[in-house]
Amino acid sequence: MNVLLAIIQTLFFIVLAPLLAGWVKWCKCYLQNRKAPSLLQPYRDLIKLTLKQPVVSKDASWLFLIAPYIIFSATALAVTVVPFFLVNLPTAASADVIVMVGFLAFARFFLVLAGLDVGTAFGGMGSSREMTISSMAEPAMLMAIFTITMTASTTNLSFAIGHVIEEGLVLRPSFIFALFALILVAVAETGRIPVDNPATHLELTMIHEAMILEYSGRHLALIEWASQLKLMLYGVLIANIFFPWGMAETLIISALGYGLLAIMGKLAILAVILAISETLLAKMRLFRVQEFLSFAYLLGLLGMLSHIILEASR
Amino acid sequence: MDIENLDHYSQLILSLAALVTLTSFIMLAQGRLLRLVFVFALQGFLLVLATSIAAYSFDNPHLYISAAITLVLKVLFIPWMLRRHILKLNMHRDVEALNNKTTLMLGGASLVVFSYYVLHPIMQNSSMILLNALSLSLAVILLGMLLMISHHQAIAHVVGFMSIENGLFFAATVSTNGMPMVVELGVAFDVLVAAVLFGIFFLHISSSIDSLDVDKMNRLNEVDQ
Repeated sequence: MNVLLAIIQTLFFIVLAPLLAGWVKWCKCYLQNRKAPSLLQPYRDLIKLTLKQPVVSKDASWLFLIAPYIIFSATALAVTVVPFFLVNLPTAASADVIVMVGFLAFARFFLVLAGLDVGTAFGGMGSSREMTISSMAEPAMLMAIFTITMTASTTNLSFAIGHVIEEGLVLRPSFIFALFALILVAVAETGRIPVDNPATHLELTMIHEAMILEYSGRHLALIEWASQLKLMLYGVLIANIFFPWGMAETLIISALGYGLLAIMGKLAILAVILAISETLLAKMRLFRVQEFLSFAYLLGLLGMLSHIILEASR
Repeated sequence: MDIENLDHYSQLILSLAALVTLTSFIMLAQGRLLRLVFVFALQGFLLVLATSIAAYSFDNPHLYISAAITLVLKVLFIPWMLRRHILKLNMHRDVEALNNKTTLMLGGASLVVFSYYVLHPIMQNSSMILLNALSLSLAVILLGMLLMISHHQAIAHVVGFMSIENGLFFAATVSTNGMPMVVELGVAFDVLVAAVLFGIFFLHISSSIDSLDVDKMNRLNEVDQ
């Protein structure tokens, strides 16, 4: 029964991810005085791409062909670890948050390899930039996550979120830092402004788009979907760890429905904040990303220090 | 005692303590003078908030007076004066080149660890939970010194000096419910006089060496080389 629920939850997650991307786009358009596409546009794009015939370069190896499937399934596996609207997730017991980071790193590794595979200048450039950014984003993310896991004394996301709910409203200095660190890391990892611009296709500054420039058809659809999943995963992580109230703790239908509504509301608010920050900020120079991410690392470090200094019992 | 057993006021004061430390770090990495002064004002404001909450929750009305003095002096008057100087000396477009910000930040983080290590025995022997914030206020003092060491501009030095004073003020608030009123007023007056004197010094330094970069003072010699 529980496993079935976990599968249903993951399916919900995967199906709703394009909707979140559409909502972010909608908010951005509205803020920038443009006419917004329909909220369902990402679904239409995915369907259209799936129906199209993929064009593959004659120099592409087998790696280029299987990479989209690996990327999508690794991201989907990472998603299974994150409690979406149900706190007590059986899959969270078998894989903790560090495994989730590992899955994301695995997906990224194949994305980078696929970018390098065809041998275009853009692909290699994007891959090297992606690796540079991720090598700095990952320690910052782990630092923020360790801060949370030290409070809950578990790396299991279900137990950690359960611990936060059980405690009620406690203002923890370490959580403030971890929240901001995780937001900065999420911006960098999902390739949003100011680190990368998701809306551009032909610019020398692009990172994610440069890697997937050679993809088309259903391969491109899978990669796009995986990156939408990743955006939603970070959103759910931020919303559920720091503001878990409203999540379903029991298996009653009404609680589950309420939990689903709560997380969708929280994600909608987060997306509005993302759209506002993307409208206000300009993309920064690539060499300033290092400062941005070392600030995120510093926030994570300060979170951990303030956990030890201010919150530990004596 | 764990933080979850405290009331929300104490949790808020501890969180503000952490945020004050964060503003010290932001000042450390800030190359633009106007932003530096703004963050300094923000630090003062967080301090005022923490002090007023402490005054309210521990029922110490005299802390309201300290908070009011801090608000007037460190949030309004000194930042306003520094801003005026920066605009008058036409330095608001300068960006100070800080070499190796990341090392500076990590150095700052190790100062936090150091102050925790130093004050740990004192905290062990006390039951006051707010005393936890004492090591953060020592960290603010040390970070102010690091700011003075790492920056070259005289105005940044003044901001560092004032933020050392912020750290002392915060230490007094969390450990002994504020200094005696006489001391408080004396310190406030000192800070005020120092701020005015610094303003005069700025004008003299900039008129004699045509810059506020104190590194250039090393080149001043009695005899021509």
